[in-house]
Amino acid sequence: MPHATVEAPVVRADGVGVALGGQHILTGVDLSVASGEVLALLGANGSGKSTLVRALLGVVPTSTGTVQLFGAPLGPSAPWSRIGYVPQRLPAAAGVPSTALEVVTSGLLHGRTLRLPHGARRRALDALAEVDLADRVHQRVQDMSGGQQQRVLIARALVRRPDLLVLDEPTSGIDIPTQATFVDTVARLRESGTTIVVILHELGPFAPLIDRAVVLRHGRVVHDGAPPRPRGDHADSFHDHTHAHPDPEPPPTGPTLSVEVGP
Amino acid sequence: MTWDQVVEMLTSPLMQRALLAAVLVGAAAPVVGTFLVQRRMALMGDGIGHVALTGVALGWLVGSWANLVPQDALAVPGAVVAAVVGSIVIELVRERGRTSGDLALALMFYGGIAGGVLLIKVAGGSNANLISYLFGSISTVSTTDLWWTAGLAAVVLGVGLGLRTALFAVSHDEEFARASGLPVRMLSMLVATIAALTVTIAMRVVGLLLVSALMIVPVAIAQLYARSFGRTMAAASVTGVAVSVVGLVLTYYQDIPPGATIVVLAVLVYGVAAALRPVLRRPQPVRDPHPDMVDDVLLADDDVDEVCVETPDPAAPGR
Ligand SMILES: Nc1ncnc2c1ncn2[C@@H]1O[C@H](COP(=O)(O)OP(=O)(O)OP(=O)(O)O)[C@@H](O)[C@H]1O
Ligand SMILES: [Mg+2]
Repeated sequence: MPHATVEAPVVRADGVGVALGGQHILTGVDLSVASGEVLALLGANGSGKSTLVRALLGVVPTSTGTVQLFGAPLGPSAPWSRIGYVPQRLPAAAGVPSTALEVVTSGLLHGRTLRLPHGARRRALDALAEVDLADRVHQRVQDMSGGQQQRVLIARALVRRPDLLVLDEPTSGIDIPTQATFVDTVARLRESGTTIVVILHELGPFAPLIDRAVVLRHGRVVHDGAPPRPRGDHADSFHDHTHAHPDPEPPPTGPTLSVEVGP
Repeated sequence: MTWDQVVEMLTSPLMQRALLAAVLVGAAAPVVGTFLVQRRMALMGDGIGHVALTGVALGWLVGSWANLVPQDALAVPGAVVAAVVGSIVIELVRERGRTSGDLALALMFYGGIAGGVLLIKVAGGSNANLISYLFGSISTVSTTDLWWTAGLAAVVLGVGLGLRTALFAVSHDEEFARASGLPVRMLSMLVATIAALTVTIAMRVVGLLLVSALMIVPVAIAQLYARSFGRTMAAASVTGVAVSVVGLVLTYYQDIPPGATIVVLAVLVYGVAAALRPVLRRPQPVRDPHPDMVDDVLLADDDVDEVCVETPDPAAPGR
């Protein structure tokens, strides 16, 4: 990557280990994501993908190693306004209803910005329109379908116009047309130079956008390089729906690996 | 109730102070309660209330040693300290998420209330004093009490409303808040602290054993109808003021305990609101719950033309 020499990598993890509940979930993970790169994080259920991105964003503490975001160590000094995170799912419904607008508006707070900036409402409405939820801004998120909730979460991450977007399985449980709109969104962000880390089980419609893939197995990185070919060939059938690209990325060089695809 | 009676009630300084305290507490308690319900900690206020009794008793004990007049001058400051310490311990236990923490909390709560009862007696307090802390004594609110109430209510409302979005963010999705670099711990402690302050000011109105009700029941009522977090909070606050004032006015005419009256009133309102919900709730905006989307699957009897990319000839007859 030519960028890497000029500017600090957007994400840099050195020897990251995470222990939760007395178990080592991740061991010795090194990862560097350059500016503008689109990285897919692959691996079987329980291989530690979500835990890795949580550790990178400071949600879970690391037991060993260091993490830097945009060259700054994790903590109050990290440039949180430049980072957007889409978790795997919405937390279990709490007792108090909250609307899509309220949830997305909360995405405007970060770091030590504890009060809303001017024009917050406008920006939240725009972000919801971007994910096709303009007509549901006042609906309770608890009453929404899983796919609609996922879109709310994406809008909440996009509302601060991040330079680094981290998505945890944005397309699981999502119908194919909605997946296509997510792919379009990612393509547009990639075009504008946003760095993207996306957890996937299969590259599927994202394949043409992925620059690099990292595969985790039992909490260790077992592949870092060109996107691996999926196990089986069913992923190919998704392409024609959404993208003009006739073929997935060129076949992987380096170690031949296949991705374990979830059920 | 005649006009004269109303004027008489409103000109009584005792009633004026009581009404002011009721309005302040009725408005502030549900604001905190909304965050607690959202964090699934609806019973936290109850726990803090138990612990606060020991604080009251310690304040009393120190007061009697120092020969202060009145003897319980330090009761409210004692309650503030004990409640804040207790709430922070509760928050720390919650953060750890340990099951053994559950037992630790139980020990703290029961130790708090039993220790409080014991110490008040040691300090020379009577059963009546004890009852007034446990179940409220709004009719005896002094000017000093009122100042404490006003000051603490201002802090609670200032923090709860001023940092509303940040506290919402932390309470709604802690993981996302951490991934946004928000000071999650500080904000959680802040919620715990304003809950503790609310307990100490609500102590006068409804008593330590019922404070939690004034924080939570108005929220339960509001969320039957409100569709958003903001409106739930606003409606709960209005409900809190309404039941507190109405309850207090009732006790002016009838010899019934104010704290219990307010809480029973709130629970009755909840019952009525819940029963009338199907009738009163504004109808959902008319909207197809199944928005028009291209389907994932082709059904055997689907008109294949609709899905295929084939461009139908607009001039073709019958189309
Ligand atoms: N808080 C926790 N305490 C204990 N173990 C945990 C915790 N969080 C995750 N784990 C364990 O860590 C392992 C990795 O979990 P993680 O959620 O990172 O997997 P994943 O790769 O994202 O899987 P999936 O594809 O199902 O989302 C799992 O075995 C899980 O049980
Ligand atoms: Mg996961």
